[in-house]
Amino acid sequence: MASYQEFIQQNEDRDGVRFSWNLWPSSRLEATRLVVPVSCLFTPLKERPDLPPVQYEPVLCSRANCKAVLNPLCQVDFRAKIWACNFCFQRNPFPPSYAGISEVNQPAELMPQFSTIEYIVQRGATAPLIFLYVVDTCLEEEDLQALKESLQMSLSLLPPNALVGLITFGRMVQVHELSCEGIAKSYVFRGTKDLSSKQIQEMLGLTKPAASAQQGRPVAPQDAAASCRFLQPVHRVDMNLTDLLGELQRDPWPVPQGKRPLRSTGVALTVAVGLLEGTFPNTGARVMLFIGGPPTQGPGMVVGDELKTPIRSWHDIQKDNARHLKKATKYYEAMANRSAVNGHCIDIYACALDQTGLLEMKCLSNLTGGHIVMGDSFNTSLFKQTFQRVFSKDLNGDFRMAFGGVLEIKTSREVKVCGSIGPCVSLNSKGSCVSENEMGIGGTSQWKVCGLNPSTTLGIFFEVVNQHNAPVPQGGRGAIQFVTQYQHSNTQRRIRVTTIARNWADAQSQIQHIESSFDQEAAAVLMARLGVFRAESEEGPDVLRWLDRQLIRLCQKFGQFNKDDPTSFKLSESLSLYPQFMFHLRRSPFLQVFNNSPDESSYYRHHFVRQDLTQSLIMIQPILYSYSFHGPPEPVLLDSSSILPDRILLMDTFFQLVIYHGEDTLADTESTIAQWRKNFKQLLLAPLDDAQEILQTRFPMPRYIDTEHGGSQARFLLSKVNPSQTHNNLYAWGQETGAPILTDDVSLQVFMDHLKKLAVSSSA
Amino acid sequence: MNVNQHSPMPSPYGQTQPGYGQPGYAPLDGGYAAPYGPYNGPASAFQPGAPPQGYSPFTSFPSKAVAASPVSDLSSPVDLGPVRGPPASGAPPVSAPQVYNQYGHGQGDMQNGPPPMTQAPPRPAASQPYQQGAVNLSGPQASYPQHYGPQPSMQHVTNQMTGMQITSAPPTPAGPGYAPPHGSQPPVNTAYSGAPPHAYTQAPPPASSAPTQPPPPSGPAAPQQYYRGPPAPSQQPFNSSLPPTSQQQFSSPAAPPPSSQPTFPPSSYSGPASTPGHAPAPLVSQPQQSFAPAQQPPFSSAPPPASHQSFVSGPPPPAQGSFPPQAPPPASQPGSFPSPQPISMPSGPYPGPMPPQQQHPASQPSPYHSGPPPPRAQMPPTSMAQSNHLPPGPQGPPGPPGPMQQPPPQSGMQGGYPPQQNGAFGQVRGPQPGYAGPYPGQQNYGAPAPAPPPAPPAQKRLDPDSIPSPQASDMPAVQKSRHRIDPDAIPSPIQVIEDDKAKSTEPFSTGVRGQAPPLVTTSFQVKDQGNASPRFVRCTAYNMPCTADMAKQSQVPLAAVIKPLATLPPDETPPYLVDHGEGGPIRCNRCKAYMCPYMQFIEGGRRFQCGFCSCVTEVPPHYFQHLDHTGKRVDCYDRPELSLGSYEFMATVDYCKNNKIPQPPAFIFLIDVSYNAVKSGMVNIVCQELKSLLDYLPRENPEMDSVVRVGFVTYNKVLHFYNVKASLAQPQMLVVSDVSDMFVPLLDGFLVDVNESRLVIESLLDQIPEMFAETRETETVFGPVIQAGLEALKAADCSGKLFVFHTSLPIAEAPGKLKNREDKKLIGTDKEKSLFQPQVAFYNTLAKECVAQGCCVDLFLFPNQYVDVTTLGVVPVSTGGSVYKYTYFQAQSDRERFLNDLRRDVQKLVGFDAVMRVRTSTGIRATDFYGSFFMSNTTDVELAGLDCDKAVTVEFKHDDKLSEETGALMQCAVLYTSCSGQRRLRVHNMAVNCCSQLADLYRNCETDTIINFFSKYAFRGLLNSPTKAVRDTLVNQCAQILACYRKNCASPSSAGQLILPECMKLLPVYLNCVLKSDVLMPGADASLDDRAYLRQLISCMDVSESHVFFYPRLLPLTKIESGSLPVAVRDSEERLSKGGVYILETGLHLFLWVGASAQQELLLNIFGTPSFSQIDPSLTSLPVLDNPFSQRLREIIESFRAQRSRYMKLMVVKQEDKSELIFRHFLVEDKSASGGASYVDFLCHMHKEIRQLLS
Repeated sequence: MASYQEFIQQNEDRDGVRFSWNLWPSSRLEATRLVVPVSCLFTPLKERPDLPPVQYEPVLCSRANCKAVLNPLCQVDFRAKIWACNFCFQRNPFPPSYAGISEVNQPAELMPQFSTIEYIVQRGATAPLIFLYVVDTCLEEEDLQALKESLQMSLSLLPPNALVGLITFGRMVQVHELSCEGIAKSYVFRGTKDLSSKQIQEMLGLTKPAASAQQGRPVAPQDAAASCRFLQPVHRVDMNLTDLLGELQRDPWPVPQGKRPLRSTGVALTVAVGLLEGTFPNTGARVMLFIGGPPTQGPGMVVGDELKTPIRSWHDIQKDNARHLKKATKYYEAMANRSAVNGHCIDIYACALDQTGLLEMKCLSNLTGGHIVMGDSFNTSLFKQTFQRVFSKDLNGDFRMAFGGVLEIKTSREVKVCGSIGPCVSLNSKGSCVSENEMGIGGTSQWKVCGLNPSTTLGIFFEVVNQHNAPVPQGGRGAIQFVTQYQHSNTQRRIRVTTIARNWADAQSQIQHIESSFDQEAAAVLMARLGVFRAESEEGPDVLRWLDRQLIRLCQKFGQFNKDDPTSFKLSESLSLYPQFMFHLRRSPFLQVFNNSPDESSYYRHHFVRQDLTQSLIMIQPILYSYSFHGPPEPVLLDSSSILPDRILLMDTFFQLVIYHGEDTLADTESTIAQWRKNFKQLLLAPLDDAQEILQTRFPMPRYIDTEHGGSQARFLLSKVNPSQTHNNLYAWGQETGAPILTDDVSLQVFMDHLKKLAVSSSA
Repeated sequence: MNVNQHSPMPSPYGQTQPGYGQPGYAPLDGGYAAPYGPYNGPASAFQPGAPPQGYSPFTSFPSKAVAASPVSDLSSPVDLGPVRGPPASGAPPVSAPQVYNQYGHGQGDMQNGPPPMTQAPPRPAASQPYQQGAVNLSGPQASYPQHYGPQPSMQHVTNQMTGMQITSAPPTPAGPGYAPPHGSQPPVNTAYSGAPPHAYTQAPPPASSAPTQPPPPSGPAAPQQYYRGPPAPSQQPFNSSLPPTSQQQFSSPAAPPPSSQPTFPPSSYSGPASTPGHAPAPLVSQPQQSFAPAQQPPFSSAPPPASHQSFVSGPPPPAQGSFPPQAPPPASQPGSFPSPQPISMPSGPYPGPMPPQQQHPASQPSPYHSGPPPPRAQMPPTSMAQSNHLPPGPQGPPGPPGPMQQPPPQSGMQGGYPPQQNGAFGQVRGPQPGYAGPYPGQQNYGAPAPAPPPAPPAQKRLDPDSIPSPQASDMPAVQKSRHRIDPDAIPSPIQVIEDDKAKSTEPFSTGVRGQAPPLVTTSFQVKDQGNASPRFVRCTAYNMPCTADMAKQSQVPLAAVIKPLATLPPDETPPYLVDHGEGGPIRCNRCKAYMCPYMQFIEGGRRFQCGFCSCVTEVPPHYFQHLDHTGKRVDCYDRPELSLGSYEFMATVDYCKNNKIPQPPAFIFLIDVSYNAVKSGMVNIVCQELKSLLDYLPRENPEMDSVVRVGFVTYNKVLHFYNVKASLAQPQMLVVSDVSDMFVPLLDGFLVDVNESRLVIESLLDQIPEMFAETRETETVFGPVIQAGLEALKAADCSGKLFVFHTSLPIAEAPGKLKNREDKKLIGTDKEKSLFQPQVAFYNTLAKECVAQGCCVDLFLFPNQYVDVTTLGVVPVSTGGSVYKYTYFQAQSDRERFLNDLRRDVQKLVGFDAVMRVRTSTGIRATDFYGSFFMSNTTDVELAGLDCDKAVTVEFKHDDKLSEETGALMQCAVLYTSCSGQRRLRVHNMAVNCCSQLADLYRNCETDTIINFFSKYAFRGLLNSPTKAVRDTLVNQCAQILACYRKNCASPSSAGQLILPECMKLLPVYLNCVLKSDVLMPGADASLDDRAYLRQLISCMDVSESHVFFYPRLLPLTKIESGSLPVAVRDSEERLSKGGVYILETGLHLFLWVGASAQQELLLNIFGTPSFSQIDPSLTSLPVLDNPFSQRLREIIESFRAQRSRYMKLMVVKQEDKSELIFRHFLVEDKSASGGASYVDFLCHMHKEIRQLLS
């Protein structure tokens, strides 16, 4: 169905929306039988250079519990200057400013190509962006130096009016006052003591007798003045701060032999959050946490300071042997929620060879839309460039970041919202379009996404609630409106409205149509998100089992087969890749914890639930390109059979870029030299260039691995490919090509065999 | 403002310094009124009633006293009673007389003559006038009368007869009386030195004579013995059991002669007694009197006589003049007044008796001189000295004795007196040869008669002008009319001090066991010959009783005041440093005592036996040395630890905390930057000063830079730490707001080397005042401040000292938060003690932690109101730190004082993390410790910091018998970290004799040390008992001590006689000073803070500081251009001459008192203005004038300041000015505004107590 593919692509380009089903089953019963729920991946701030924002405010439906925005799907009576809301059917008069509209003079929001439109809201004071650096000083000298340089560099990237603050911590937590001349002043907090926001503000001298009464109100001038000491416009403290960063010393407290340095990450974050909470609630702010190791003391402690006690592993967690896990997690969760309420996002830049406690801290970023970056050292290009890329700018010279986003979803009557999976928190807005059936973060029609960027993508799940005996009128369409309010990086408040509609289809009569409207890529990612979401709270095997069952049910529903005859099993084209995605998903680090530390798992999952479809798919099933003299570079199967002696492979797993030189590509043999001498260099460079291209656009920057056959780093490739040839079956297959993988994992072939068998089984 | 300040001042006044310091004396005055106002309630009450009321007890006493006339003789004070007795029966007189004689000549004799004498004594000039006045006219009596009055009463008490006799005797007594005056007058003492012998000699003879007369048999015998004994053997006898008796006898003998005098004195006593009931009063410091007598001859030669002379001759007239002024002072008189009347027969007597007697005196001056007085005086004294018992006789005796005595005296006196003194007074000292000399002076005391002579000298010294004729004139005056107790007749501190000075000309060698050192007021050189220098250790008794029973019976406290790191004068070698190598110091295996001269090497030097526990320990091979034929090691004199009393060991790593060589210590300066601190200028001053002060951190080698690191913190409600790391361009400030859970925010860069970080530090100190110039923060914290310093030291793993500059009650929310609990209503109630207990337990816990870390805290307070010194001081006091208080600090006027204190405090040598352990030989045990320290067990005194000014008083108790052979040994070992970070052990060894006779004990006591102990004991008692109970306990114990002496050591005499041991004859006057201190008897102006401050201050004072604190030094400023200091005068208003200028120092305060009619020339010399009215009372330093007088005066002031551990701000007090109230507070012999008894009254009271105990 080329047409569907085009349709899907077109929709994605225009609205940033990918639905699992592009025809919706018209009743709840049928919808549930489809196994994959009606759901979509929505990228709220998808970059639309072709979409100039309009300078006025949206027109809202006047019904109090609807408030949908005027959109192309609304019926408009140009003569009466009345429009009917397509969600609640309320008839609304146009506001006076729309007096001049007519069929030929329509406002943008009524034009079909503006199903997504962005408004600039002029109301309200605009607050400058706020960047609060929270820096760990328990680093190696080299690391600290590199970090200092990165931070100093970042100052030049900030807009001059942005407010910047600095908190450093080690054993103690220091909040630096930036406005002072002469003596550099800082407020110090003990790293072991949890403090309430109020205490923090008192200790920082931020409480003004009466001013702190109203919470949540826009920042009063005097409050801003008070906070000035810690958060200053970049242009004013540029020099000061550069010097201050330059003079930053490693934490001076001695670290005895056999101990970890005492690192008060928890308190440092509390202070940062408390500071912002008190001074700039509901203002876009970014807390950027740089850590070089796990929190070792105070609240939020992840591991003790005894080196002989290793940091928790998955094994420990499964054995319920991680002492600090629950407490720390709870602590950071509470903090993340507080921060989210105030619209501040928290980034974590963790660079260390060992784990740094991301497992416990991940919610800080996950709930607030912040970044997590994991690296080995601050002195690597991975960190440096990634960090630089945080401040990347779009064509207008604005940061590719937005703050304080609130996503609201409105649905037509037949559909309700079950939930969302992504870097957001619920705003607990109950409404008529909220389903009781929760999937992901549910029970609400509004979510807060404190930090957004153009690729931030939420998985949103719906439920068709239309009863089977009340069929939708022919030609009826279900509509969904996404309203995203956010603070643009140029401090403007903006509202982006996306309204989409899909046709209803009767699952019994039009199952073929429905099947062909299936977006297997989107479905794979959405199911993966559900799986990952479940994995956060359930045992790994349970999730896999659930995933398998869904897959089998789907195959049973849409496969063509004869009962109990696996060989007869067939899937239509629109579903053909789906099982393969599931196969790789099962093996992916998002669901498999084997060979991954808890931190790594958290890191991978964090990125998985926020990237757009393309990136997500790469994560599920890495891309493998092959370079050879035999032809132009070509994508090849992610299979051990693709590993050939005379090939150079480039694998992109999103997190890693692996360049793999086949067994002979570098071998110093007569034949190969003779054969390749001519364009050897070109061949070698080709994958590097391609890799470079990826490296330059990807955020976070992937780990770049250049390895060869037999190299220790080759494991990154070998662990990803489908083990079609293993030490067990190598000779059985009797093939000479490819490379055997030393694994007991099942290969895709085996997986498919089992799937077919189960799908056709009558007992399943 | 001023008013307010002032007003507050007053209250705080306790410490005059601050208050004074403040500009507004005037205000003060005003303030006084106001502040006092409240206080006044009491004060006024006191004042009005005080004399009478306060006395009331006394009065009651007096009443009793009337019956008996107390006489404090050195050896055996004369009892008034006895005196009277004597009159009645011959016997009693003997003793009495002596007493009188001794004391004041004055009293005994003096009583008769004493009054006059007293007058005379008071001031040379002034006194003279007095005498004259008194003597001459009954009218004058009025003024005098009072003085006399009392005496008269005394006399009456004794008997009019006696009085009569006395009268007759008086003349003679007068002589003595004069003597007393002399005695009273410091000069006398001085004179004593010279004259003493004579006096004594005389005295003895007279005694003999006197005795003979009154109680001829006993008296004579005794006297004779004394004479004989005394002269040469006296000492020995004294030493022996006999001595006491002899002493007593002596006294008695002396008394007898004095008896005549005594009678007088008695009479005088009786007088006082009668009136106030003082009758008993006749405390007599025989010495003086005796001196006087003895002195006569000598006196004439010696200065003391001067006073007498003055009295006698010219002086009298002038005296009168001066007296008149004194007369005004009558204030003192008031008390006496009543007595006078009684005296008169009291009242009647006054006029009657007085006139006669006084007349005598009056005329005395001359008459005395010319007439009987001299002779008699001498006689009496001698008699007195010899036979205190004789006192009664005195009256009668006087006459006869007079002649008799005189002759003997002269011959005997010179020779004999000394002995007597030794015996009687000198008992203590007597034993030692050296003392003999000095004692003579005392002896003089013993012999009242001599008084006259001494008096003259005294006068001379005192009032050069009065010098006229030390001759008899004085004497007579004294004796005559005094019915009441003549202040000159009672033991004079000045006399004792001067005597001791005269005696101590040779360097003091510590080699002789049981030898009492010279008094703290005497400057002497020490040669360490095996016992610790008295600069390090002073004992209350150098001859300890062998058994607990004896100790208990005598009630004399056995204690040592140890000042382990005392600064030595430049001409004495600091303790040598001994290194015993890796094995550490050689110690006894059992008791762990360190190697010292008391270790006995045996078996050819292979082993040594411990002198403390007798355990035998092997000598390590590397320490082995052969013994010579006497059993001493050959290298004995090469090794300090074998030949010296004080030395230091290098400690090995075993002696270090955690077995780690300590880090160099650190100083942390914590500065309050709240509104008050900034506004008062304190912050600015501190920061400016620190810049230069940091170059003077303590170091052991002046060539080297100090290794002490420094750190800085400022604070108000929150704390600001500073990173002053050398590599920084600018200091960094780290604010810690979490005061509830204090911690140190940084490690590296907080404690730095001054030289390395100089630029950064200077920048910081420049910026601190600027940064906080506009602060509005008024609340402060305190507990967290100390915690911060402590944590910093912990983090740096070193010991050190915190200098906290603090202004206000810490009311900000934080640990250790305090509330204002000053409640005047509690004062005097059972709950008063709670005010001396810390408000919260927090600081005790904190102090404990500080001690564990070796963190010493010095607290500088700049309060404008109540700050609860009690509680804030807990940590400093427990950590061996100091508290300085500058109430109403004003940059302009208090800057100097504060900066000098700060400089000294920063620069002085200090040891850290110290542990002191006192080991004693079997039989006694150190049971209690007083001072600034912490004890976690019963034996180890832990001092986080120990500086050169801190003393620890250790009390010993018997746990077994001691032997006379071995004596009692004690070894005080202090393990500490020097300011260069070296771990060391300082060892002080002390051996004292043991005695099985109480008399030996009484002969070898040191009153100053006892007072030091008593004050500390009492001030600690405040924590647990009501103030009144504490005072009663003190009085009671003191009475027991004296009663025990009287019962067991003094020769039998009338119960009416007050007999004081020579060594303790000042006990009553000093004790009275302790009782009257603001701590035990708060004046209206003494705030709770002041009292707490003083209480803490005294707890770590050494003997010399406590001495001058309780009995301030009052110097007349005349003839000071010559090299030596003028002789001090007694702390009594009647000693002040209206025409004079005086300087008074207490160790904390320094006053310049200007008489209303001071000579213009004098004023011109001092102030640059001839007009009294133009003198600015707010002066804190004298104008620099280019004349010898001004130069010398400023030199003197500077030298005073240099002697004390705290800088004394000068306060100029103009007579009649309001600020004089403050000044008067320090005239401790007078009745105090807060109700404290005058010396005379207290003596009577004491006598009564003693008599009660005896009966």
